[in-house]
Amino acid sequence: MSLIDDKVMDTLTHQGDFIATPYEPKGPVVIDCDVKNIYYGDFRAVRDSRIPIEKNKVTGFIGPSGCGKSTVLRSMNRMNDLVESFRFDGKVQYHDHDIYDKKVDPVIVRRYIGMVFQLPNPFSMSIYDNVAFGLRLNNYKGDEEEMVVKALKRAAIWNDVKDKLKNSGLSLSGGQQQRLCIARAIATEPDVLLMDEPASALDPIATRQIEELMVELKEDYTVALVTHNMQQATRVADVTAFMGVDISKGGRTGYLVEMNETRKVFEDPEQELTKEYVRGEFS
Amino acid sequence: MIFDPFKASASDKTLSMPPSQADFLRDSAFRYLAYFGALSIVLLVAYIVFELGVQALPAIQTHGFGFITGTTWNASEEEFGVLPEIWGTLYSSLIALIIGGTFGVGIAIFLTQGFVHAKMEVTFRTIIELLAAIPSVVYGLWGIYVLIPMLVPVAQWLHETLGWFPLFSTELGGPGLAPAALVLAIMVLPTVAAISTDAFRRIPYKVKEAAYGMGATKWEVILKVMLPTASSGILAGLVLGFGRALGETMALAMLIGNVNNISLSLFDPANTLASLLASTFPEAGQIEIQALMYAALVLLAITLVVNLLGLAVQQYTMRKFEGKK
Repeated sequence: MSLIDDKVMDTLTHQGDFIATPYEPKGPVVIDCDVKNIYYGDFRAVRDSRIPIEKNKVTGFIGPSGCGKSTVLRSMNRMNDLVESFRFDGKVQYHDHDIYDKKVDPVIVRRYIGMVFQLPNPFSMSIYDNVAFGLRLNNYKGDEEEMVVKALKRAAIWNDVKDKLKNSGLSLSGGQQQRLCIARAIATEPDVLLMDEPASALDPIATRQIEELMVELKEDYTVALVTHNMQQATRVADVTAFMGVDISKGGRTGYLVEMNETRKVFEDPEQELTKEYVRGEFS
Repeated sequence: MIFDPFKASASDKTLSMPPSQADFLRDSAFRYLAYFGALSIVLLVAYIVFELGVQALPAIQTHGFGFITGTTWNASEEEFGVLPEIWGTLYSSLIALIIGGTFGVGIAIFLTQGFVHAKMEVTFRTIIELLAAIPSVVYGLWGIYVLIPMLVPVAQWLHETLGWFPLFSTELGGPGLAPAALVLAIMVLPTVAAISTDAFRRIPYKVKEAAYGMGATKWEVILKVMLPTASSGILAGLVLGFGRALGETMALAMLIGNVNNISLSLFDPANTLASLLASTFPEAGQIEIQALMYAALVLLAITLVVNLLGLAVQQYTMRKFEGKK
């Protein structure tokens, strides 16, 4: 057992403060995420990772468990502010402004940068109200019902729920709940959508539908996607960021290993570590 | 011997064993113990109702339904009616529930939604739980010596300025509905607060996360997401609190004035069923005791109906919000 552990540790450890070659964005950048350090209390979760999210593209985050990809994703709409011990050192430039500027209220950031979570988390209210929640929050004046139906259709759940929109969102199965949550997140057409392993609870067909949705969404918006599924990354991500875990200093600190166009990361990676990871030699 | 047809053919290496005879014995012993415990509670309740019924039977036969609609209680004339007591019981409990419930739910929100630091939260919680530990007589005394003198000028002012409003239409001359309901509210509060706090705490973190993730403000998160999610638990707390208020005896007997009176005014003296029982019982003759038993039966019926109604509302919210059958 220790044999296996040692091998993984060896491949994961970079001696010294490795810093990834900066990724040169090919188009306009919506979120320029420049992490110096992210701490939870004394625990340094992520260090030195510059991850620009390009407009109208899907940016994928891959990497072993505990590498901080979710942490970075959640730092991009200040979700981590809910964690009391969280401390962000760096800059997240959204369009022209740093979202960590003291004058910026995190509530406003989250209105523009929506999020889909790993576990389905519908509200204790009807399916319709779940999807209309964001519209009402944003004081949407147009045809609410039309937007709700549209969101449910795009999230590939309309056929499952069209006859029971008044039922509680919690009466659905796990996979249906997740698609409902995706509908809820896209109903307000957020400028950027952060998705944290959105398909991990879905069957292959629903997964494909959600992947198609991501590709469709990037026409008008921007998507950042954390995934454990490498095929998913190759299918939908235009750009991929690979993160690793640094255990050389006793802790487990995540950092960016390599970021590039997805094809390049998977077919001709710059780093040996990336090559081993995409080949599935450790996880 | 335990029937296990699999051991022989299963892999030799397996460590799996059937549970022993003793394991099964313990299992069924515990089951029967649990059945016995549950059954004895049902039997106890049935016995209490039956015994009350037997004692009250003569009064039920003599007064019939008129007992419930009658408004005078006069032992020497053998004239018994509990409508004022029913009114007083429900009215005082309702006011107490409105005040105590509002504060109780407010406290639950304050304690669970990140307004106070975890250490402060424990302190607050302990203090509120302490309220439940104060004996009802002490509340009664506090009401007589502190609350009523404090209330009299306030009531006077309310009556003079807003006297046209039915709730303030009379003057407070000592004991009355207002001090009784306020003390009841304080007694109801810990129950509502504790159960609502648990209801809020049971909401999974991911729900809160989802609400904040939508870009909701703290107020929107609490009002639009957390409250509906916790509603069935809060309702349970309110029903329990209301039940407590209905049956509360000592503090009410000391504060409500014990006057058979049906009035909307908060400052009029009134009476409740429990308080009638407590204050009349010691000197009651046989006929009056039978009437008191009838009154006890009425109180029991009210409590039962309130609990059933509460349960129905709770089931409805669970179905509506949580999709449970």
